Amino acid sequence: MAIRVSLLLLVFLSSAVVSFSLYEDQVGLMDWHQRYIGKVKHAVFHTQKTGRKRVIVSTEENVVASLDLRHGEMFWRHVLGTNDAIDGVDIALGKYVITLSSQGSMLRAWNLPDGQMVWETSLHSAQSSKSLLSVPINLKVDKDYPILAFGGGYLHAVSAVDGEVLWKKDFTAEGFEVQRVLQPPESSIIYVLGFLHSSEAVVYQIDSKTGEVVAQKSMVFPGGFSGAISSVSSDKVVVLDSTRSILVTIGFLDGDINFQKTPISDLVKNSGNAEILSPLLSNMLAVKVNKRTIFVRVGGEGKLEVVDSLSDETAMSDSLPVADDQVAFASAHHEGSKIHLMVKLVDDLDTVLLRESIEMDQHRGRVHKVFINNYIKTDRSNGFRALIVMEDHSLLLLQQGAIVWSREEGLASVTDVTTAELPVEKDGVSVAKVEHTLVDWLKGHMLKLKGSLLLASLEDVAAIQEMRMKSSGRSKLTRDHNGFRKLFIALTRAGKLFALHTGDGRIVWSMLLNSPTKSEACERPSGINLYQWQVPHHHAMDENPSVLVVGRCGSDSSAPGVLSFVDVYTGKEISSSDIGHSVVRVMPLPFTDSTEQRLHLIADTEGHVHLYPKTSEALSIFQREFQNVYWYTVEGDDGIIRGHGMKSSCAGETADEYCFTTKELWTVVFPSESEKIISTLTRKPNEVVHTQAKVSTDQDLLYKYVSRNLLFVATVSPKGAGEIGSVTPEESALVVYLIDTITGRILHRLSHQGCQGPVHAVFSENWVVYHYFNLRAHKYEVTVVEIYDQSRAENKNVWKLVLGKHNLTAPISSYSRPEMFTKSQSYFFAQSVKTIAVTSTAKGITSKQLLIGTIGDQILALDKRFVDPRRTLNPSQAEKEEGIIPLTDSLPIIPQSYITHSLKVEGLRGIVTAPAKLESTTHVFAYGVDLFYTRLAPSKTYDSLTDDFSYALLLITIVALVAAIYITWVISEKKELSEKWR
Amino acid sequence: MAPILRSTPLVALLVLQISLLFFASTLPISSGSEDSYTITGRVRIPAIILAGTAIGHAAKFSNIKVVLNGGQNISFLRPDGYFTFHKVPAGTHLIEVYALGFFFSPVRVDVSARHHGKVQATLTETRRSLTELVLEPLRADQYYELREPFNVMAILKSPMGLMVGFMVVVVFLMPKLMENIDPEEMKRTQEELRNQGVPSLSSLLPASR
Repeated sequence: MAIRVSLLLLVFLSSAVVSFSLYEDQVGLMDWHQRYIGKVKHAVFHTQKTGRKRVIVSTEENVVASLDLRHGEMFWRHVLGTNDAIDGVDIALGKYVITLSSQGSMLRAWNLPDGQMVWETSLHSAQSSKSLLSVPINLKVDKDYPILAFGGGYLHAVSAVDGEVLWKKDFTAEGFEVQRVLQPPESSIIYVLGFLHSSEAVVYQIDSKTGEVVAQKSMVFPGGFSGAISSVSSDKVVVLDSTRSILVTIGFLDGDINFQKTPISDLVKNSGNAEILSPLLSNMLAVKVNKRTIFVRVGGEGKLEVVDSLSDETAMSDSLPVADDQVAFASAHHEGSKIHLMVKLVDDLDTVLLRESIEMDQHRGRVHKVFINNYIKTDRSNGFRALIVMEDHSLLLLQQGAIVWSREEGLASVTDVTTAELPVEKDGVSVAKVEHTLVDWLKGHMLKLKGSLLLASLEDVAAIQEMRMKSSGRSKLTRDHNGFRKLFIALTRAGKLFALHTGDGRIVWSMLLNSPTKSEACERPSGINLYQWQVPHHHAMDENPSVLVVGRCGSDSSAPGVLSFVDVYTGKEISSSDIGHSVVRVMPLPFTDSTEQRLHLIADTEGHVHLYPKTSEALSIFQREFQNVYWYTVEGDDGIIRGHGMKSSCAGETADEYCFTTKELWTVVFPSESEKIISTLTRKPNEVVHTQAKVSTDQDLLYKYVSRNLLFVATVSPKGAGEIGSVTPEESALVVYLIDTITGRILHRLSHQGCQGPVHAVFSENWVVYHYFNLRAHKYEVTVVEIYDQSRAENKNVWKLVLGKHNLTAPISSYSRPEMFTKSQSYFFAQSVKTIAVTSTAKGITSKQLLIGTIGDQILALDKRFVDPRRTLNPSQAEKEEGIIPLTDSLPIIPQSYITHSLKVEGLRGIVTAPAKLESTTHVFAYGVDLFYTRLAPSKTYDSLTDDFSYALLLITIVALVAAIYITWVISEKKELSEKWR
Repeated sequence: MAPILRSTPLVALLVLQISLLFFASTLPISSGSEDSYTITGRVRIPAIILAGTAIGHAAKFSNIKVVLNGGQNISFLRPDGYFTFHKVPAGTHLIEVYALGFFFSPVRVDVSARHHGKVQATLTETRRSLTELVLEPLRADQYYELREPFNVMAILKSPMGLMVGFMVVVVFLMPKLMENIDPEEMKRTQEELRNQGVPSLSSLLPASR
């Protein structure tokens, strides 16, 4: 009997071994994935042939993609390396997409239908210069015109068929800057125009077959050029002189150079400095003067005349040939809540081919770029479609006065993420509309049962999948019991806030940050960081939670900061203010006022700190804790870490009573000749630690050293700060430190000889895990350091506790010298890493998983048990029971534990975790060019039934049991009766 | 510069899938000027590994990336599986291949300055050195758990099934066993047990009769 019971127990336990994997039909149940491309820089339409109409775009996220013009979906996409920015994109031979990248040194051809790379050519480059790509529009397909690519001081002619370099020409002469490469159609001469020392115009004529210079002409222009250039036709360009007040037309017909000067004051009255805008218009140029855009036509002899002027906020497209050698261009500008799109003929600006007004969301900002394309309507007239890029980076296709599709490309450049709760379900509001009748419910569960028994047909499977997607109101806009529904607030580089619903990833609201003063200098502040400003849960339940967005006017760190407070429920800005000082560091303090607004300190460049919110209540709270506020600064370039404390109110200097002066408490200076700081990290301030102690196998207690004031610092030898191939093992060493940020005491130092960065680390509870490169083994390594408190180690005796002879009640001070010891262990890891995060749960009970963002843009969940310094080669029976895994030299990469399963988060930059209310579960949000969200249960959902749980099976079992009981009861009654009769 | 094969992607893919014995000829691994070199290699997915994967990930050649030194350079594959890194200085480098559905070992690549950019490659996971830079996946990755097909034995083997089975045994077989035992003998054993004072299942069973 006993054996049998234990056998049963064993079977039961072995089936409960944790696994993290996903079945294929569970994809999309808890996770969602959104694919983006980023802000579009160039767009080329491909609509000539019948079949799929597409647009090829290149973006600021180094993405080249082919989009469906009908719906805006992606056909294919490639994300190039971070230092491989795309300079130009075009279509060659009608079947290849040509991209020029890496400052004009890399030319690639992609197959237009499927995006397969066809050829790749590295171009010779010697210096940094502007890069130009010119792909001939060939009308005869059989004739192979070369692609002209200029970059790095060299002009290359490359065959479009196989990428072979036909010839190259050196333009690296000192002081010579190539400005334009022009090839008149149907001509074998290429004109290369450049400026020598910005004062001499030089035109080379090059034979397009051989690359030989046929003729070279130069002419000195006394005034000097300012650089901006606009080519108006195949033999004329217009430049500004160095004073930016005279337009110079340079004609180089047949190789002869001539200049023609036209002062801008002749064109416009009271003109200031002018600026040539980039669009390519034939025989015309656009100049920005006095905050207006003027169109200047270039006459046959280089005569200039103003033909039109538009408001400053107008975006223009390049010119586009429409039928019968007419050329048209589009312009778009904002007026109120509408966008006015106009397409005009270049030759005759009074002929408006298209005039459309489209209602546009205010939070998209202004139009930044317009690309147009024409098509022939059924009545043989010209129709136009316009692709526009807005200020918030979104991409829209306009056609026939309507938005055909739009893409929120701002989400490709998320810079900071925070979470927010949804509103509580109110009694008056009925949400039960989605619940259906009992019969439907049972039917659904019968289907699920069929599915789990694998008896379902294909249609059933589809029905189950659909039901799951819709089920349980996962996209409702109210808080749920388990905390699965939440908002992720994301700040993008364009300064737009997005609230994403965890259930289905849709955008609940979005908001473009505005400058409070609407001043000239700071019309649109750039967002830096997001903080949770007000999270009401105790006293201020009727207040809406809000987030604080810290922004900056301009890119310089000393630029004045802007604060904006945004209501999370509505997405409306509550208030915003110009704070009048710079923002170096924002420190959320662990105090809140009576309305649960969190106190924040903002440090500026002058060494002062400013308290927010500026209320007397906040001030009184802060005064109480004045002596206990410390912070540190890291000066990475100098290798110095400084600790600061509060000194006094800076009332002496300014009348601002919320401003405080600080004093320097300590400095840690790393020797600059041997150590360079490459990474610093602290614990997440809101992390919850459940237990202070850890019970080891021999009934011994280990106390975790849990301190919020620990700073992890990694330094490498200056030589090893570069890329992997650049240093030998002898020259490089990696040193990591644990520094107490209150006293500046170095608690632990660990050096790895022959190792180098980049270091990616994660710090949680009492441990740090970091990833670096080992040059000797030529492999990546992961090291774990766990910190334990020695001073409380004697408290494990029960009698001491009973008799009160313990020091548990002794005050813990950050000033006292901590007695601590560390344990560490290193393992090999077979992949490069982009970022590491750790799961976080509500109470910190659930075991942790490391989330490793690999360079393949996948996220691997690795159990913390694998990076446990107590792992040994042959764990004892007791250790095995505790869950200690035998030591291996490398960490396992189990394909089933990729939480992104068969998806990629292209261009992965960061992973954010947030606890759900249910202890076992954690939210994971990863951002990069793509967005990915999933819910994880590192130790399985031990505290709730899974979505898969078959209630129908349970019901059937119960019903069957009841029926069995009844039947057996009847039978036994009968039997008893018959026995009694006997 | 590597020779560029002018073949259509389809043909090349087909050729690849038949595990490519023809291409085992010598590879121009590296070339270049004095201080910077070019590394050329090839990614090949043998038919054996390819066969083990779902058709979904297989043959997605356009999504394979080759990464030099942890992201310093990213290269893409040509239709024939070749990749190239240009302007690589002499030294020891790391090349990784990322393809959804496959696991590749990182490769240690030594570019020798003395031998004009001669390349030596070693797989860091298996410590196997390569004579030519042809990278093959170590295994195919299966990201999903496979659902076990419906199986009566699986249900019976599950803890629930075992418990139910045990119950059935107790309810139906035990009385049968009891019947076979001689009542006299039973009484004797019962008494013995009572003397020992150990309650057992058998002491309870006759009571119900």
